[in-house]
Amino acid sequence: MTALPKPRGPLSTWVTNALRAVPDEEVPRSDLEPESPDDAAVALWMLHELSYGGLDDVDDRAEWEPELIRARLRLEHDLEAQLRDRWPGPPEGADLGADFFDWVADHDGSSLARLVQTDATKEQVLDLLRVRSVYHLKEADPTTWVIPRLPVAAKAALVELQYDEYGVGDPARLHAQLFARGMEASGLRPEAGAYVDEAPLEILEQNNVLSMFGLQRRLRGAAVGHLAAFEATSSVPSRRIAQGLERLGFPEEMIGYYREHVEADAVHEQVALRDICVALVDDEPQLEADVWFGAWACLDLEDRTAHRMLDAWGVSA
Amino acid sequence: MTRPDVVLCPGGPMLLRGDHVVVDDDGVEHSTSRPVSAVCRCGKSASKPWCDGTHKLLPAKLRP
Repeated sequence: MTALPKPRGPLSTWVTNALRAVPDEEVPRSDLEPESPDDAAVALWMLHELSYGGLDDVDDRAEWEPELIRARLRLEHDLEAQLRDRWPGPPEGADLGADFFDWVADHDGSSLARLVQTDATKEQVLDLLRVRSVYHLKEADPTTWVIPRLPVAAKAALVELQYDEYGVGDPARLHAQLFARGMEASGLRPEAGAYVDEAPLEILEQNNVLSMFGLQRRLRGAAVGHLAAFEATSSVPSRRIAQGLERLGFPEEMIGYYREHVEADAVHEQVALRDICVALVDDEPQLEADVWFGAWACLDLEDRTAHRMLDAWGVSA
Repeated sequence: MTRPDVVLCPGGPMLLRGDHVVVDDDGVEHSTSRPVSAVCRCGKSASKPWCDGTHKLLPAKLRP
C-alpha cells in the first residue's frame, strides 16, 4: 500500500478529501480546475494509484467511484492534449520495423546516465534513485494492462517480455523487487510511492502517461510504442549507470538491478519492436501513428525529466 | 503464423528462444536464463556472449 501524497493545490486537496470520504459519504460533483501542472499531476497520480496497489486509508471502492473517474478522465484528457500538441507527428516515410532504432537514436535527449557514469555525486544519484523509484517499484505493471487488448501475435510476444520483467516466475528476480532490494541496501525506503512527495512534475507526468496509456484501450498503440522506445533507451544507459554506481561505491544489489537491465533490455528492445509493435500494426494498421506517438512521448518525457534534474543540480545539459 | 526459435535481427543480435547453451570464443559454456536471449553478433559487447546494445553505437556499416 502507498501513503497518500501531499496535495499540491486545490484540486489535489479535493481528490484527497474525496478519496477519504468513500464509501461513507457521497462524493460531490466538482468541476474544480487544477491550480498548476503540479496540482493536476499529483491528483492524477493518486487516481491512477487506485488501479495499482491502492492507497493507505482509502477504501478499494474508490477506484470505480463515478465522480473520481470523471476527474481522472478530465485530467487524462488535458495530459493527452498537451502531449499531442507538442508531438510533431509520425516521421514521414519511415518504416517502423527498419527505421525505429535509428529514429530513437536521433531523438534521444539529454542523458542522466552519462552524468551518473562519470561525474555525478553520490547525493545526486540518491536524488535520482528516489524519484525513479516512483516507477521502478511498479516496473512493467502499466504495460500488463495492455495484454488482453492486443491481437494474438502481439499478445503472445508481450506476455513473453513481461514474463521476463516479472522474474520468470521467481519473485526474487522480479525487476521491481530487484529495485526494492537495491533501494533498501542503499539506505533508501523500498515501499511503493515512498518518495512521491519529492517527485518533480516531470517524473509524475512520466508515470501518469504510462498509466494512461495502459488503462485506456484506445491508446494501446501508444502503450506499446512507449514500451519499445523505453526498452530501446535502456540497455546502454543501464550499463553507464551500473558503472557510475560502482564508481560511487553503491551496494551490489543496486548495481545488479542496472546490470540485469543491460542484457534484459537488449532482448526486450528487439521483442518490443519486432514482435509487439510491428505485429500489432500488421493486424491493426490504423494504430501505427499512435505507436510513433507513444514512442515520441517516452523520449520527450525523459528529456524533460533529465533537464529538470540537471537544472536542480546546476549541471548544464 | 510461425514463431521462430532463432532470429537474426538486422544490424543487431541473434535472438534465441528457449533454453540453450552457448559456447563463447574461449570455449566457455553459458546457459540461457531468460525466455528469449540475445547473442552478440557485432563482437563489441562487454557482456559476451550476450548482446548489451553496443551495436547501436557503431556506424551502420560495422553493424551485423
